[in-house]
Amino acid sequence: MQILLLALRRLAASLPTLLLILVGLFLLLQLAPGDTVDALIAQMGGGDPAMAEQLRTFYGLDAPVVVQLGRYLLRLVTLDLGFSAIYGKPVAEVILERLPVTLLLMASALSFAFAAGMALGVVAARRVNRWPDTLISTLGLVFYATPSFWFGMMGIVVFAVRLSWLPAGGFEEIGSGNAGLTRVLDIAWHLVLPVATLALTYLATYLRIMRASMLEVLTLDFVRTARAKGLGETAVVLRHVLRNALLPGVTLMGLQAGTMLGGSVVVESVFALPGLGRLAYESVVQRDVNTLLGIVFVSALLVIAINFIVDMLYAKLDPRIVSGR
Amino acid sequence: MRLSRRHLLLSGAGLASLASGLPLPAALAQEPRRGGVLTVHLGSEQRILNPALRASTGVYVITSKIIEPLVDLGAGGKIVPVLATAWEAAPDGKTVTFRLREGVQWHDGKPFTSADVQYSAMEQWKKHLNYGTTLQLYLDAVETPDAHTAVFRYSRPMPLDLLLRALCDLGYVVPRHVFEGTNVLENPANTAPIGTGPFKFVEYQRGQYVIAERNPNYWRQGFPYLDRVVWRFITDRSAATAALETGAVQLSAYNGLPLADLDRLRKDDRFEVSTRGVEGNVFNNTLEFNTRRKELSDKRVRQAIAHAIDVDFFLENFLYGLGKRATGPIPSLSPEFFPNNPVPYPYDKARAEKMLDEAGYRRGAGGVRFSLRIVPIMNGEDVPLLATFIQQSLQQVGIRVEIVQLDIAGALSAVYRDWNFDLATGWHQYRGDPAVSTTVWYRSGSPKGSPWTNQFGWQSDKVDQLIDQAATELDSAKRRALYAEFVRQVNDELPVWMMTERPFYAATSKRVQNHHNVPRWDSGDWHDTWLLPS
Repeated sequence: MQILLLALRRLAASLPTLLLILVGLFLLLQLAPGDTVDALIAQMGGGDPAMAEQLRTFYGLDAPVVVQLGRYLLRLVTLDLGFSAIYGKPVAEVILERLPVTLLLMASALSFAFAAGMALGVVAARRVNRWPDTLISTLGLVFYATPSFWFGMMGIVVFAVRLSWLPAGGFEEIGSGNAGLTRVLDIAWHLVLPVATLALTYLATYLRIMRASMLEVLTLDFVRTARAKGLGETAVVLRHVLRNALLPGVTLMGLQAGTMLGGSVVVESVFALPGLGRLAYESVVQRDVNTLLGIVFVSALLVIAINFIVDMLYAKLDPRIVSGR
Repeated sequence: MRLSRRHLLLSGAGLASLASGLPLPAALAQEPRRGGVLTVHLGSEQRILNPALRASTGVYVITSKIIEPLVDLGAGGKIVPVLATAWEAAPDGKTVTFRLREGVQWHDGKPFTSADVQYSAMEQWKKHLNYGTTLQLYLDAVETPDAHTAVFRYSRPMPLDLLLRALCDLGYVVPRHVFEGTNVLENPANTAPIGTGPFKFVEYQRGQYVIAERNPNYWRQGFPYLDRVVWRFITDRSAATAALETGAVQLSAYNGLPLADLDRLRKDDRFEVSTRGVEGNVFNNTLEFNTRRKELSDKRVRQAIAHAIDVDFFLENFLYGLGKRATGPIPSLSPEFFPNNPVPYPYDKARAEKMLDEAGYRRGAGGVRFSLRIVPIMNGEDVPLLATFIQQSLQQVGIRVEIVQLDIAGALSAVYRDWNFDLATGWHQYRGDPAVSTTVWYRSGSPKGSPWTNQFGWQSDKVDQLIDQAATELDSAKRRALYAEFVRQVNDELPVWMMTERPFYAATSKRVQNHHNVPRWDSGDWHDTWLLPS
């Protein structure tokens, strides 16, 4: 019951934010010179004014901005995201096609980054200022400082072009007719490089955070108590220190889920994955307002949902948070 | 002795390969092999897969395998029959009669007839198709005396050469029974095309791929050889190169790869990087002047700017030598119309300075004569490079240039709708006949807002007259002479300076056979293309 109430309160608080984002973005896009018909004509390499006029009427661009915005918001109330100019079908359908790819990529990368970052952070903290710590910290810094598109390109050059171990891009083998487990394995094989690329940068952050909070928690009184009552070192680290040191990492994960949706534009482009990030980029370039607003809407919902889950996780990790309310 | 024999053999094989388009060993040793999947790289998503509505290379690369035109460009640039088997123009040039191929079926099993041609011409080419609306402006009616004859009636004389050359791009026929009575722009066949071509549409996964498979009832008996064609959308151009190198795709057409990669793959013997089979399309880097601006209204200033920029240096150092200096708006790769004129405005900085002085713009404070803003129109990766090169070149003669960064939709509306620019640089694409693609850049009276037309505030009655005359002149030799005079005039007046002349490059895996054997092969039907086993 309490959880449900919390959920409702969260949702109510995010509605005005959502509206503000959508209206703001709509107006911002009006400021960008050129509209979707210009973009289309650019892609075609030429067009005449009569055709442009027809298309503007077709896409509803001949109405004043206020009317367009009103129309959009009215539709949104009925959960109709409108019609995509680039794809010629309902925005909801376009986004639904892409969402699984982005979610899969994001979830895999985030889990990998979180798990590996945590493990490495613990190791580094346990061997602080000795060579494993120096090595891990240096690697973390390198990962953090390198742009992800470079990782992606280098991954392709080494593992796809030179060694031919992994595919150079794409989500799955096209037209292979794979089904069931073979398809799952095929997709997994295609996702190794993109997930690794996307995860490496984030891994570095988790590593640093984990190392720092481990070091902090290790000096606290209850750790000394745990040791004093005769617990082994492994039990102390896993049961007492780790659980408390996890909180900052979990907070960060909630924050990063949002950036990861946007951050995957680069990875999706480099690996030719049909995800939301690339869809968003293409919608901006092609001035496809409906699709872009739809993506923002869905992304905002995702971020709200993820942050809600993070809140729940807090409660699980540290019961004081709920009882304190 | 050995040398000369080898030479002889080579030249003989060379001739054979020219004729058939096969690389040497395969041509001599191998019969075409049936089956296989040809995978092709595409750099951007296409909104519509209907070449009767959208004239664009991106659309052609996919749809020309599925939907066929009346005529196409054959080897050596000759017009060859496709859905039309014969044609004839009346002496007054106002009537053109096409005999149509019999026994052709649409992919849905219905027969192809003159009613389809009538519908395509009147309802799509004339009303919607870019460039088509201009070409068919004076098309009054298409009559269909029988199921396999279509008579085009024009209210003004239509040169047959112009019509036929233009119809290779603007003459794709779509099925009347699918489109009639529907909203043309919303018809589902625009993204699931139905045609008469060698391949049948299977699937379009947005953002990923398009698949077409062999049409067993194709009218060319025994063709095509390939089982399937797959087009993959890879937006990152370096990633596309990687896909080509791993063998995941076998072809990238129309400069789809970064210039640096094209240059690198030229030396890789697994691929052929060439302009062969792309002769049908040429493009220029342009410098467009807004002559409403006081300084630029003086043609001496425009000419001085042309003298001040070392185009050869740019070609060599930024474009890997993949192009040459242009002589004007009609490229040397268009033998029917090229007037054989020399390159105007050689690089001469001293002369440029002198001309600017004479025009009355002496160097002022800080050595600056005046300032201009340049809008790059991002057609390709070379455009921002050229904008920077122009900026630095003009700085040396005392003209300060500020670069205005916009994406392509923004740049098009800034230059062609709002006229909010001093200089602009982008591409001009030449499409086989000046009347199709090029004269709109110079003819006055183009409505405000239509991109890639004369929005430069420049007008010449003489040039307007030449353009109009040439568009309806039936005699080929006279047309050619009119265009030569046109080139002379606009090269002198220079509302737009065509800086470079560049062919498109395609990168093709050597597994692909019979490729690029006609002048617009990438936009052709690929019925005789086949693949060596990997």
